[in-house]
Amino acid sequence: MSGHSYQGKKNIPKITSDRLLVKGGRIVNDDQSFYADIYMEDGVIKQIGDNLIVPGGIKTVEANGKMVIPGGIDIHTHFQMPYRGTTTVDDFSQGSKAALAGGTTMIVDHVIPEPGNSLIEAFEQWRSWADEKTCCDYSLHVDITHWNDSVKQEVDTLLKEKGVNSFQVYMAYKDFYQMSNSELYEIFTFLGEMGGIVQVHAENGEIIAEEQARMLEMGITGPEGHVLSRPEELEAEAVFRAITIASQTNCPLYVTRVMSKSAADIISQARKKGNVVFGEPITASLGTDGTHYWSKNWAKAASFVTSPPLSPDPTTPDYLNTLLASGDLNVTGSAHCTFSVAQKAIGKDDFTQIPEGVNGVEERMSLIWDKAVTTGKMDENMFVAVTSTNAAKILNLYPRKGRVSVGSDADLVIWDSDAVRTITAKTHNSAAEFNVFEGMELRGAPSVVICQGKLVLEDGNLHAIPGVGRFIPCTPFPDFAYKRIKARKQLAVLRAVPRGMYDGPVSDFSPMSRGGTPSASARTSPTKQPVRNLHHSAFSLAGNPAQRGPPTTEDLPIRPAGRRIVVPPGGRSNITSLS
Amino acid sequence: MVTLQPVDVRLQHRGRQTSERLLIKGGRVVNDDLSQYADVYVEDGLIKQVGDNLEVPDDVRVLEVNGCLVIPGGIDVNTCLMKPHLGCSPVDDFYLGSRAALAGGTTMIIDHVTPQPGDSLLEAFELWQESADRKCCCDYSLHVDLPHWHPGVKDELEVLVQEKGINSFQVYMSYKDSFQMTDSQLYEVFSFLKELGAVVMLHAENGDLIAQEQRKVLSLGITGPEGHPLSHPEELEAEAVFRAITIGNRVNCPVYITKVMSKTAADTITQARRRGSVVFGEPITASLATDGSHYWSKNWAKAAAYVTSPPLSPDPTTPEHLHDLLACGDLQVVGSAHCAYSTSQKAIGKDDFTLIPEGTNGIEERMGFVWDKAVATGKMDANQFVAVTSTNTAKIFNLYPRKGRIAVGSDADIVIWDPDRTKTITSKLQQSALEYNIFEGMVCRGGPVVVVTQGRVVYEEGEGLRVQQGSGRFIPRQAFPDYAYQRITTRSKVKGKQGVSRGMYDGPVYDVLATPKYITPSPSAKTSPTSQQPPPIRNLHQSNFSLSGAQFDDNIPRRSGQRIVAPPGGRSNITNLG
Repeated sequence: MSGHSYQGKKNIPKITSDRLLVKGGRIVNDDQSFYADIYMEDGVIKQIGDNLIVPGGIKTVEANGKMVIPGGIDIHTHFQMPYRGTTTVDDFSQGSKAALAGGTTMIVDHVIPEPGNSLIEAFEQWRSWADEKTCCDYSLHVDITHWNDSVKQEVDTLLKEKGVNSFQVYMAYKDFYQMSNSELYEIFTFLGEMGGIVQVHAENGEIIAEEQARMLEMGITGPEGHVLSRPEELEAEAVFRAITIASQTNCPLYVTRVMSKSAADIISQARKKGNVVFGEPITASLGTDGTHYWSKNWAKAASFVTSPPLSPDPTTPDYLNTLLASGDLNVTGSAHCTFSVAQKAIGKDDFTQIPEGVNGVEERMSLIWDKAVTTGKMDENMFVAVTSTNAAKILNLYPRKGRVSVGSDADLVIWDSDAVRTITAKTHNSAAEFNVFEGMELRGAPSVVICQGKLVLEDGNLHAIPGVGRFIPCTPFPDFAYKRIKARKQLAVLRAVPRGMYDGPVSDFSPMSRGGTPSASARTSPTKQPVRNLHHSAFSLAGNPAQRGPPTTEDLPIRPAGRRIVVPPGGRSNITSLS
Repeated sequence: MVTLQPVDVRLQHRGRQTSERLLIKGGRVVNDDLSQYADVYVEDGLIKQVGDNLEVPDDVRVLEVNGCLVIPGGIDVNTCLMKPHLGCSPVDDFYLGSRAALAGGTTMIIDHVTPQPGDSLLEAFELWQESADRKCCCDYSLHVDLPHWHPGVKDELEVLVQEKGINSFQVYMSYKDSFQMTDSQLYEVFSFLKELGAVVMLHAENGDLIAQEQRKVLSLGITGPEGHPLSHPEELEAEAVFRAITIGNRVNCPVYITKVMSKTAADTITQARRRGSVVFGEPITASLATDGSHYWSKNWAKAAAYVTSPPLSPDPTTPEHLHDLLACGDLQVVGSAHCAYSTSQKAIGKDDFTLIPEGTNGIEERMGFVWDKAVATGKMDANQFVAVTSTNTAKIFNLYPRKGRIAVGSDADIVIWDPDRTKTITSKLQQSALEYNIFEGMVCRGGPVVVVTQGRVVYEEGEGLRVQQGSGRFIPRQAFPDYAYQRITTRSKVKGKQGVSRGMYDGPVYDVLATPKYITPSPSAKTSPTSQQPPPIRNLHQSNFSLSGAQFDDNIPRRSGQRIVAPPGGRSNITNLG
């Protein structure tokens, strides 16, 4: 587990000069907590324990008994995302700074190729944007926005050569990104074989389109139309459908943006039935609700617009935090995708035009600490699991990321569980004018952030350097998702029943006709064998028609005319064993 | 109702011919709500009196029933006696099918009119009606299946609902590339039928995935009937049920699921009802009495006999579970989905299971098995038995209380039910023309001793059937059945959606008509076809409102390349912050 073996950047020498000792902290991993010092060098953790033998004169950080946790991994961001000729206001530099300020030391951004465009080109484009500006390590998901054989080839290349193991498909955005059930089936089948993770944006796009048209017809054009036209049932429905398809194709499924109780419940139920499915609530769904869509302030209401929408049910955040604590939901992202008010105002007269996205990359970890850990729902180990470790496992980056252990990357956070800060757009690190968590008081915050073995947050000062972030390639077949899948694949072999040929009578039928008289030619099937010795049959199907009560005139033509029966009904069979 | 006149004329004629006065004495009258000892007097096909010590004419025929149950005749809500498959018709037509129904205690059937894609619904309806009028021995009504969806269908539906007495239509979520409808079409169908006050019935299976699974199973070399359940796993049924209910909720329209075959589908319905959805579920004789393990039979003909869609679940605990749900009211009605194809017809698919005609028998066994599996085991009481075999159907499809109840003024469709009778099911003794019976060898407790339809005794144990071909009447049904629509109507009234009244946003608007320098390499594909360009920007200087907090200020670096016409944080003419 040496940092050198990973795909490097040209500026690795800068990293190697950093030697750092964290003293007196309590290391919290997803499985255990213990007191130990940590020594790191070259961006990698070299020693963990008491009384470490370290070179003299190195920088030492005193943790004073505070928790030392693996840096957060935000598994879902949209930095610098192009949208109708504009881009989101947080680019990779701004966004990753906000991430670091919140204790997140790795982000996973979504590459969104435009339908019809090359996935690889889009991937390279995102790589170049991110390499230039990101201040922390990153990986990429690639969204599959259309599907054909060449896309399949590209997905294959991305999986095998480019270090992408997760691909998002859309069940919403009709006539644009949306995939049909058949396409989903094919994609799931393919990725299931190749060891990729299927992520779904789960909403029923067809019904949304109908509902949107209905809302606009009713004269509802404000942001409340967004949530009215995307009720949470449609999210739950799509989640249910996605799980069904994944189960049929034996493919692990990852549901991005779990926004509602009903969708989360579906995931919960499916996990209880044994489905391999992961749910990702986001900062916004864990921290706030959809009542704000009815705000009289258009700009405020619009700032909450994201898809699936925040649920108007105010008990949703609590519920999702509970499921996160119980392990029914596994990872948290932020889906950070920030637009300025002016950009949101593209949809001021039509809610369907409002660019979708909320902030949350900076608030993610504090918010979960505040809502779940300080309330006693979740312990600190589970906190590490849902903010970092599970994401690393799904991306197949564990234990390089997501764990404080010798050989892991030196991405650490010293977490101050007593710190209290009030979220406001005035002080946040995003460029957005609005913060959907405005005014919330959150307990728990990073006091020191170490990324790639370097101090980036200390004493409230952020020293993030754009461009130092490395692309971390993800490999296919992560054990966390695929061990079970592989075992099932071996078991789930479908077998035919070995039985003799049916050699009884076959009715005439007309494959193309609609109830007309059948043509005689269609009678004999190509594989039909000669009639066997029927007297050997041990099986009798039929009763005697005479026993069917008094015959009437209409009783006689019970068989449609034009049917040629070669042997009497009740047939014969060469099978002797009746099961 | 002009078109119905000929039917009525004929009825009067027949009434004279066959008028029978009947007194049923000493029975226990069981309705869905109460049981009482009472005599029932029938005249002119109607129940005239119910009670003790009735005053009746002298020349009536008296049936002494000695404490047997007197129940409303069963209504089989789902039969397919004329459904064509690749040019074949089922061997049980309206005559044989209705005979079998009567022999099992069912005095009314509701058959599915199944036009092929492209056919006229009205023509198909008339074809079915004509055939049934000629052949059917018991009263009947018709559901019409929608094989396609386009504006012309709407006119036909209006005629069917308003003039022809049809209030239920089936749509398919399965059978890709023929009957299957997309979610958008379903939404439109639901919306339209709701306006007409009709009940939407769904064949709920995910056809897209079935098509994929069929291809996969065939490619593995599995061509026998076991390929049918393998390619129609019950998850796909549950998925479609869930989706159908979701759409029903969105449109606020009652949803009726035909052929509930699996535990998961039934559970999905149960959960939806817990959340208040107006949804009805119909298990069928086959799913209530047998299971899908037979698909793996070594005997091809036997395995093929069980082929129906959705398939019987291979889980042998399914029938029990479905009976539990029927007993507690989570499932409401029992149909038979009787669609009888002979073995030689089934053999059309001998080399490819996808071609096997789908359908099982069950019209005759329906009531017996519900009694045997649910009432005789103590899951269900006799009243609930009446509800699920007759009354609920009459309520959902607006036939109540003419059908489905023993009360003064109701049709004299009455069954004398003997709970202690036992019978072994065998194809040798069945009314159906099939050579096989999927319930072969099963012993069934409970059965009809006497069946009265239209006031005439048509079946007596030991004497067999005495039916008159063509005596069945078409029973028209009015739209907006209360049982399904009362809640819907109220919800429509109270659940109107309203926009928030807020002043116009008059802050800065990003210019999406931006000049090429802001546009990414391929601007053409990015814009959704439905998107519209925003109107021009207003005069921002007239605004008098400042948003919550001066968030637009200081320190925060702005990205270049963004055209902001007014400061972010904007303005608005609203003074009240929500």
